[in-house]
Amino acid sequence: MPKHIVSTVAEIPPGSRKIVEVSGRSIGVFNVGGEFFALRNRCPHQGAALCTGHLGSAVTSTGPGHYEVDRSGEILRCPWHGWEFDLRCGQSWFDPEKVRVKSYETAVAPGSSLAPPSPGLVPGPYVAETFPVSIEESYVLVEFGPVA
Amino acid sequence: MSKATPATSLVDCDIHNAITPAAVARHLPERWRQYHAQFGRRMTPGDYYPKATPMASRTDSWPPGGGPPGSDLAFMRRQLLDAWPIEIGILNTLITIRNQYRDYDAAMATAANACQVAEWLEPEPRLRASLLVPFEDPQLAVTEIRRHAGDKRFVQVLIPSRTTEPLGRRKYWPIYAAASESGLPIGIHFGGWSGGHPISGAGWPTYYIEYHTGMNQTFQAHLISLICEGVFEEFPKLKVVFIEGGIAWIPPVLWRLDRSWRQLKAEAPTLRQLPSEYFRKHFWLTTQPIEEPPEPGQFLEMIAHLDMDDRLLFSTDYPHWDFDSPDTALPSVLPPGLREKVRRDNARALYGFA
Amino acid sequence: METANPPLIDCDVHAVLPAFEALLPFLPAYWREQVEQTGFKGPVDPWYPPGLPTTARASARPADGSPASSRVGLVQAGVFDAAPHPAVAILNSDCAVESLHNPDAAGAVARALNDWIASEWLAKDMRLRASIVVASQFPELAVREIERRAGDPRFVQVLLPVRSEAPYGSRNFRSVFAAAANQGLPVALHYGGSPGNPPTPVGWPSFHIEDYAGVTGVFQTQLISIIAGGVFDEHPALKLVLAEGGFAWLPSMLWRFDKNWKGLRREIPWVKRPPSDYVREHVRITVAPSDAPEDPAQFASAVSQLGSDDILLYASDYPHDHGDAFAERGWAAVPAGVRRKVMSENARSTYRL
Repeated sequence: MPKHIVSTVAEIPPGSRKIVEVSGRSIGVFNVGGEFFALRNRCPHQGAALCTGHLGSAVTSTGPGHYEVDRSGEILRCPWHGWEFDLRCGQSWFDPEKVRVKSYETAVAPGSSLAPPSPGLVPGPYVAETFPVSIEESYVLVEFGPVA
Repeated sequence: MSKATPATSLVDCDIHNAITPAAVARHLPERWRQYHAQFGRRMTPGDYYPKATPMASRTDSWPPGGGPPGSDLAFMRRQLLDAWPIEIGILNTLITIRNQYRDYDAAMATAANACQVAEWLEPEPRLRASLLVPFEDPQLAVTEIRRHAGDKRFVQVLIPSRTTEPLGRRKYWPIYAAASESGLPIGIHFGGWSGGHPISGAGWPTYYIEYHTGMNQTFQAHLISLICEGVFEEFPKLKVVFIEGGIAWIPPVLWRLDRSWRQLKAEAPTLRQLPSEYFRKHFWLTTQPIEEPPEPGQFLEMIAHLDMDDRLLFSTDYPHWDFDSPDTALPSVLPPGLREKVRRDNARALYGFA
Repeated sequence: METANPPLIDCDVHAVLPAFEALLPFLPAYWREQVEQTGFKGPVDPWYPPGLPTTARASARPADGSPASSRVGLVQAGVFDAAPHPAVAILNSDCAVESLHNPDAAGAVARALNDWIASEWLAKDMRLRASIVVASQFPELAVREIERRAGDPRFVQVLLPVRSEAPYGSRNFRSVFAAAANQGLPVALHYGGSPGNPPTPVGWPSFHIEDYAGVTGVFQTQLISIIAGGVFDEHPALKLVLAEGGFAWLPSMLWRFDKNWKGLRREIPWVKRPPSDYVREHVRITVAPSDAPEDPAQFASAVSQLGSDDILLYASDYPHDHGDAFAERGWAAVPAGVRRKVMSENARSTYRL
């Protein structure tokens, strides 16, 4: 599957995100403690821009009046009806088996390995333009497209 | 809910423009401007439930230029009016007329209506509005209705669903008389402050999810009251719109009410038809927040039980979090002809839009 | 409905106090004197105004003018000796205990009522069982009464009026569900209640028909509250019986509640499954009245929308008359297997009979 260059690493510091267009798809790219995650920016419920929602914690409970909070910043809440999705895998909180948002493999690569673009690497985010690549920067890649 | 076939225009029967305190103040007479600033709208005693999101709004609906969701017309155009083929949008301003000092309530309603005209209806020809009135003082409400008689941009009289008495009670009848006279429907929209009544018939719930899931209960109480008190015998031309109550809860209420009336009709002797017949003759329902049964077939069963194909009105409830999206909220199993009625034709017929 | 071969259980029959004085032999001396000397006649807000057609079917009203169903002989004739001839009937007694603001009065009246039921009903017919009446507005007293009756297997359930001054899922009420669950007793929410607050969110209706038709809103409030409050999460074996409130309103409420839960569940994180899951597992509903439509096909669809064959419980609701006789036609359209469960099996797996 082709890997698309979507951002420099510097543009998405830990705790932040960037919404990118890849081949006509809107994708949210998130940095959680140095790890990158990418989810389709469309809620499976009614089509909201999911990746613009708040990031919060996983909230669990052992019983009424108890609130356990964990994995801060890893649960994405849809800006509309509040459906929660695990940033790491796109599964919904309320029905992880059946309801999910598409998640994409990401990678980080140094500019030196990307210029000129190697096979399987599609310049992005704009189809018509080449993402300017510098050997001094590192880049975030999102794997998207038909399997080669 | 999967994507429907888009492109045909629609009427959005429930949009919430936020009229800020400053905006109201611009239209208040001086005598009330000071009062408003100094005493203002007192906090309601004890009916606060923290909503799921700030201002109970979509977290993406805060205008980039500042102000609360729904307060910026330009942003509303971007996010709603221009984002979908909306030919007309009906505003339901949620300033609560709060059953305080009656003259102040009346002044607030008048000012809010003036603000709607100047800052929403004039600049945006696609918008229409609901008329705010001090509904707990029916004579003052009638005055406000008459003030705007003939202004076709006000398409209904707005009463929030939390009132101090069930809406069939005689106290409110002068409003129905004036509305009937003007040919205006009564739009009952979820919300308001019931003068201290708990928000349920069994006291104060604990959580917002109870509050939201129980929204239909206020509408149910009014449905039963309006019909049983004989409002529609007295006002045979009166039309009522339930706004933001959903629709699927209605058929079981009608079944039970019809059965109850058969047993107990001696108590409500002015009724000459089944309660469900009055309901289907006089009521309209906006679709949001639309119910989502686990099987699509159940939605169609419910529509068949409801038997009100000509009375369903699509609404988004923008900018609230429980917003229904025009493309995706109506289930795909809805037959195309009915979809068009719900999206547009029923509203055009009810409100007289071309 | 046809007589089932397994024992038919009637899950809602009313034992009616003929007059408050019937409790005098069961009240302590202090309260006897209060009754005799102060004009205290017990609760005065009847759940069932005596003159209404719904309060008693014509055939149940005794010739001597005494209240319908006010002695065991009347229930024997009207329930056991009449079609469909149940093998067991569960007595629900209403005395508006919840309307008494004095906890000691409420506690004494509830206890006396249960003693009256035990002595004048349960002791006189082995086919009878009963619900424990409690002072629902005082959780401590309710717990005490539940524990007092726990050793008597003829008391098979705890009775609460559906109307209350705060929803039953509230944190303050947990001890009552705990007591019931600890004793292995289901809890019934029954039509009625005079707690002092209005039966709607918008004040007091003018007509009884509004209270009567609108009570389904209160059932909904209570069920939503109990689920949101985590009662079923705390008590995995507890059963909740909704009595005399109909069932047709349930599916649409669950569609709304499940939808909301998906996005709002962080507010109640102990509710780990969709609300409808809890309902299928924990909630049972009596069929009198059913409030389902007259058309048999629509009736069958209303039953199937519940999503489980285990929910409905047969009840006559003797002596009340809801005019639901046409439900007979509707039941004919429901699959035979479901009807059999309704008549017997669902009750037998809900109650220790």
